Amino acid sequence: MLCAWTVSLMQTPNYFWNYVPLLLQILAAVGLSSFIVLASWLIGRHRPGKVKLSTYECGMVPQGDARGRFSVRFYMVAMLFILFDVEAVFMFPWAVIYRKLPGITGSRFFGFWEMLVYIGFVLVGYFYIWKKGILEWSKDQADL
Amino acid sequence: MNEPMTPSMIAFSPALRILPEILMTLTGVLVMLVEAVLKPRTSRKPLGIVAILGTLAAIAASVYQLFLPAGTAFFGTVQSDAFSVFFHLVIGCIVLVTLLISLDYFEGHTSFVGEYYALILFGATGMMLMTCSVELLMVFISLEISSISTYILAGYRKRSATSPEASIKYFLLGSFATAFFLYGIALCFGATGSTNLYEIAKGVADGASPLLLTVAFGMMLIGLGFKVSLAPFHVWTPDVYEGAPAPVVGLMSTAPKAAAFAVLLRIAYGAFGTAIHIWMPLVWIMAVLSMTIGNLGALTQRNVKRMLAYSSIAHAGYLLVAFTALAPMGIAAASFYTAAYAAMNVGAFGIISYLSGYNEARTSLSDFAGIARRHPVAAAAFAVFLISLIGIPFTAGFFGKFYVFTAAINSGNAWLAVLGLLNSGVAAFYYLRLLAQMYMVPVEPPREADTAHARPAFILAMAILVLAVFALGIFPGRILDLARAGAATFSGPANAASQTVPVALLRR
Amino acid sequence: MSSLTGYLLVSALIFSIGLAGALTRRSAILVLIGIELMLNAANLNFIAFWRYGPNAQALTGVMFAIFSIGIAAAEAAVGLGIVLAVYRHSKTTELDRMNSMKG
Repeated sequence: MLCAWTVSLMQTPNYFWNYVPLLLQILAAVGLSSFIVLASWLIGRHRPGKVKLSTYECGMVPQGDARGRFSVRFYMVAMLFILFDVEAVFMFPWAVIYRKLPGITGSRFFGFWEMLVYIGFVLVGYFYIWKKGILEWSKDQADL
Repeated sequence: MNEPMTPSMIAFSPALRILPEILMTLTGVLVMLVEAVLKPRTSRKPLGIVAILGTLAAIAASVYQLFLPAGTAFFGTVQSDAFSVFFHLVIGCIVLVTLLISLDYFEGHTSFVGEYYALILFGATGMMLMTCSVELLMVFISLEISSISTYILAGYRKRSATSPEASIKYFLLGSFATAFFLYGIALCFGATGSTNLYEIAKGVADGASPLLLTVAFGMMLIGLGFKVSLAPFHVWTPDVYEGAPAPVVGLMSTAPKAAAFAVLLRIAYGAFGTAIHIWMPLVWIMAVLSMTIGNLGALTQRNVKRMLAYSSIAHAGYLLVAFTALAPMGIAAASFYTAAYAAMNVGAFGIISYLSGYNEARTSLSDFAGIARRHPVAAAAFAVFLISLIGIPFTAGFFGKFYVFTAAINSGNAWLAVLGLLNSGVAAFYYLRLLAQMYMVPVEPPREADTAHARPAFILAMAILVLAVFALGIFPGRILDLARAGAATFSGPANAASQTVPVALLRR
Repeated sequence: MSSLTGYLLVSALIFSIGLAGALTRRSAILVLIGIELMLNAANLNFIAFWRYGPNAQALTGVMFAIFSIGIAAAEAAVGLGIVLAVYRHSKTTELDRMNSMKG
C-alpha cells in the first residue's frame, strides 16, 4: 500500500516530490537507530564502573605509545572484512539490471537463482569461518 | 547451479557445459563444510575419499561432454568442445592421482587436511574452467581461482621453514604475473573493443592497431609465461618446487601449466590466429631460452626437487616448440605433450614424496644413493618416470617429443627441432646421474629412520601413472585422436552464440 | 592530446610506478602494494577504453574492473595470510632475508 502511494507520488508533476521516498528512508533509518538506542537504554541495567566510564578506543589502551604491537587477530578480522565487503560489490550491478534480466537471459528466474547461488557460496564461507572459531576473539582453536 | 530452465529456451541446460566444474565445486564445498564441523582429532581420510569420488564424477562428466555438440553457453563465456574435454581429462587425472598420493602423505595428520583437499578441488575447478573459457574475463577469474589455491597449497608444510617461504615467493611473482596479464587484456580490449576471443579474432583480422596488439600479446605472454615457468620468467620455479610439499609440486608443475597452455593456445591460435607474425618471434625466443636455461640449470643441482624444477622449465620450452608449428598439428602436439609430461612428472614427484617422507628431509641427490636396494619397486617406478623424462622410446616422453619436433620440422622450423634435440641430449646427463645414484652407488645407512611404507592408495596412483607413461608411449592413438579433434575445433569459424551479456543488453 | 591518450598515459605511469615498486622494494608488503598499483593501472585502462570506445553501452570494461577489484581483494587477503605465516617462522617480512633455499 505504501509502495503504491509512493509510486503515485512520484508520478505527480512537482519535481521535489521525487525526494519523498528518500525522506521516508531517512526517517526509517533515524527512527530505527533511535529506537534501538532508546530500547537498550530503557531495558538494560546501568552499572557504571571505572573501566566502563573510561575512553573507548576500539579495545586499545587509550593512552601510551601508538606504535605498539597489534594482536594478529586484528589482521584476521580486517582480511575477513575486506573479503565480505568486496563480495557485496557484485550485488550492485546485479541489482541495477535485475528488472531487465529476464529479457536478457530469456528466463524469468535465471538471474534470481544465479544470485542465490552466489550468496550461497558466500554463506558457505561464512559458515566455515564461524565453525573454525575465527570470529571468536578469545578462542584459541584458530591456530593463528 | 541447478537453474530451472524452460525447455523452449535451449535444447539442453547450459549448466551441462560446465558440469565437471560444478561437480568439482560442489565436492569442494562439501569437503570444506564437513571439515568445519569435524572434531580436530578425527581422521580426515573420508574427506580425501569424497574428494576422489568427486574428481571421478568430474572426469566422467568431461567424457560425457564429448557427446554434446561443441558450443558455447552462458552468453558466450564458456565453450565445451573436444579441446576443452582433452584438457579437462588431463587435469582431472592429475588431480585424481594427486589426491591418491595425498591420502598417504597426510596419513596420521589431521591439521588443515580437509582444507587441503578442498583447495585442490577449487584449484582444479579454476584450471578446468580456464580450458573452456572463450572470454578473457572468465579466463582471468578462473586463472585466479587456480592460482590463489596453489599459492596456499605451496605453503602447506606450515611447520617447516622452506614451505611458507616458497608460498610467498610463488604468491608475489604469481600476482606480479597476474598484473601483466590483466594489463595485456586491457590493451587487447582497447585494440579490438572486446574481450571475447572470437570478437578479438575478428578485430585482429580487421586490422586493429598492430602496435597495441603486439604489446597486448606480449604482456599476456609474460603473464602466462610466469605461470608455466618459461624463461626468462622462471626465477621462482626452483625455490617454490623445493619448498612446497612434493604432492603439491606434482600437481602444480603439471595441472595449472596444462591449463595455462590451453589458454595460450586459445589466445595465440584462436584470437591472434591471423597475426602469427606478432607472436611467432616471441614464442621462438622463449622456447630456446627455456630449453637451454632449464637444462643447463638442472646440471648443477644437488637437490632432486630443484633439479626437477629446472627440468620442468626445459619441458615447458619443448612444449613451446610445438607453438611454432602450423595450426592443427602444433595444437595437437602441444596438447599431447601436456598429457605426456603430466604422467611422468606427477609420478616423479609422487615417488619423491614417498621416499623423502612428510618432513621431506631426504631430497638431496646423495639421499637417493642405493635407493634401488632399499625400495626396489619405488626405484623401478622412479626409473620409468626418469627414462620417460629423458625421452627414451616406448615411453610417453619419447612420443611427446617426437610429435612436437616432427610438427616443428614439418612447419619449417628444423633449427628449433635441432636445438631441442641437443637439449634433450644435455638433459639425459642429469637424469642418468640420478639413475646412477639410485642403482650404482652402494647403500648408505639412512641418516634418519626411513619409515617409508607404501599404502594401497599410493601404489594405485603409481600403477596408474606407470601404465599411463607406457600407454602414451606405445599406444598413443586414442589420446592423439582426441588431441587432433581438439586442434580441429580451432579451424571452425566463430560460434554464432559468441555474444557477451552487455551486447545483449544493448540490443534490447 | 585526446582525453583517452591522457588516461592511457596516467595508467601507464601508474603501472610503471607499481612495477618499479614491486621490483625494488624488499618488504613483502610493499611489493604487494606495488602489485596492487599495477592491477589498478589495468583497471583504469579498462574504464578509459570502455568510456572512449566504440561500444560504450556494452559494459565490458566496467564489468572487468569490478571483477578485478574483487579478485585483487581476495589475492591481498591470501597474500597477507601468507606473510603472517612467513613472519611466524623467520620473524621478518624482508624478502632478501628469506634465503633458506639456494642453488
